[in-house]
Amino acid sequence: MRRFEARKEAVSRRSFLASLAAAGAAAALRPPAMAAYPAAAARGPILTKPIPSSGEALPVVGLGSSITFNVGNDPAAENGCAEGMRAFFAEGGRLIDSSPMYGSSQQVIGYGLKKLGQPKPLFSADKVWVNDGEKGPAQIQESEAQWGIPRFDLLQVHNLMGWEEHLPTLYRMKADGKLRYVGITTSHGRRHGDMEKIMRKEPLDFVQLSYNAVDREVEERLLPLARDRKIAVICNRPFQKGDLIDRVERAPLPPWAAEIDCANWAQLLLKFVVSHPAVTCAIPATSNVEHMKENIGAAYGRLPDEAMRQRIVQAVEKI
Amino acid sequence: MSEWWTYTLSDLILFSAHAYYRLFELYNAAVWPAQIAVFAAGVAILERALRARSPETVGRWIAVLLAAAWLWVGFAFHAARYATLNTAAPVFAWTFGFEAALLLILGAFRGRLVFGRPETVAERVGLVLSVLALTVFPFASVLSGRGLRAAEVFGLAPDPTAVGTLGLLLLSKPRPRWPLMIVPVAWCVATGAVLWVLKTPDFWVAPLAAAVAVGAAVAAAVAKRSAARR
Repeated sequence: MRRFEARKEAVSRRSFLASLAAAGAAAALRPPAMAAYPAAAARGPILTKPIPSSGEALPVVGLGSSITFNVGNDPAAENGCAEGMRAFFAEGGRLIDSSPMYGSSQQVIGYGLKKLGQPKPLFSADKVWVNDGEKGPAQIQESEAQWGIPRFDLLQVHNLMGWEEHLPTLYRMKADGKLRYVGITTSHGRRHGDMEKIMRKEPLDFVQLSYNAVDREVEERLLPLARDRKIAVICNRPFQKGDLIDRVERAPLPPWAAEIDCANWAQLLLKFVVSHPAVTCAIPATSNVEHMKENIGAAYGRLPDEAMRQRIVQAVEKI
Repeated sequence: MSEWWTYTLSDLILFSAHAYYRLFELYNAAVWPAQIAVFAAGVAILERALRARSPETVGRWIAVLLAAAWLWVGFAFHAARYATLNTAAPVFAWTFGFEAALLLILGAFRGRLVFGRPETVAERVGLVLSVLALTVFPFASVLSGRGLRAAEVFGLAPDPTAVGTLGLLLLSKPRPRWPLMIVPVAWCVATGAVLWVLKTPDFWVAPLAAAVAVGAAVAAAVAKRSAARR
């Protein structure tokens, strides 16, 4: 496995100041529904990392919506998701990621955002997922309508589907001010070769890929390349769709987890992911309020250095 | 580079077992008390199939009722409800509609389904599968801890409808109708795969029922061919 530098750079002074500025702006712009959120300042500022192409600071833990937000037309589950989103924003979260592929997830996110009074801190990340490039703009419009927002912050080509046709559309939207960032995604270790080629030649702001304490293939080429090309990295599947959590929770949390302010396995696994120097944020998917709080707790306190990262990998591999 | 083949089944099942069975709870609540009427219709179908005095006429009517069940499940379950979770559900809806059309053409119009008392092994297997679909499937949700509100009822839910149809097709004489078995068997395999990905403990029930049905149908066809040679 590659060795990494200690993660002191990850929470830079610039990102710290940016997060303070963002928190101040969010407080000033806070709509009535946001006023009910308890302050998360007691644990210090949320850890952020800059998006390399702009310097904008993003909290290192976001929220994925695959599976967990796909609840159909179930009012009770929709409200449960909205409460999860309330906890997410209350704890300082910003980035929510979805896709037209995720069934009712976009609609449920839209319901939650409306219920919470369209929280200003939201960093909206969605995807275009259709073969035919000509159908991309219509799908994006439909996604915006589902979310109930005028524009996305980030749009990504889902699993590289039709990327040759979609990327020019997304670049055009960005140039016209209808989009802030452009990216591509993959998951489960699929098509890394294609992803590398696209990363080398396209002016991307973001890539999204699967990375966790077990699936570390991306450490070899994609993460170093993202760093070289100044591309932000979103990591999906930090818990292997729950399988990794199920596996590690058979063992007690190592006592040394307290050295990096981890109170549970979820935080230890997330801190492993977001402490990689090339990683901008992880997007664990949950709609459960308690799990949400656990997850975003990984965006507070100390992060592991390289020696501690190795320790986490070894601890997981032993289970 | 559409690369559909790079997706595994688990990449495409983007909902949880909880969300899937909540779908049945909400569906059952919405159609209540249709479950009672549909269960009674199922019992009547089986009773008529076993005691048919005019086997061909009864066969045509059973084909019409089965076609109605497939059409209903395709529309009310797959298209109207399952599609909110699974982007492939509209395809399932059309497939169930196709099976309904086949039942009407082959069963109702051409009279290819003829029923009577089960005499061969395949026909007895058909009876067992039919009874299983009618009476055991609804309570499987209770045995699996999902509660009666998530019960899957023959004629309303896809799995017992497919298994029950396979049972009735095995019961039909003089031999099972292969074209009519293709969609139910395919559905049993598909639903088993989905439930396996969802880690549902009873994921094996429908695929096993389909395997038994296919095995019994093959055995019946071989036995008939051997008898004809003699």
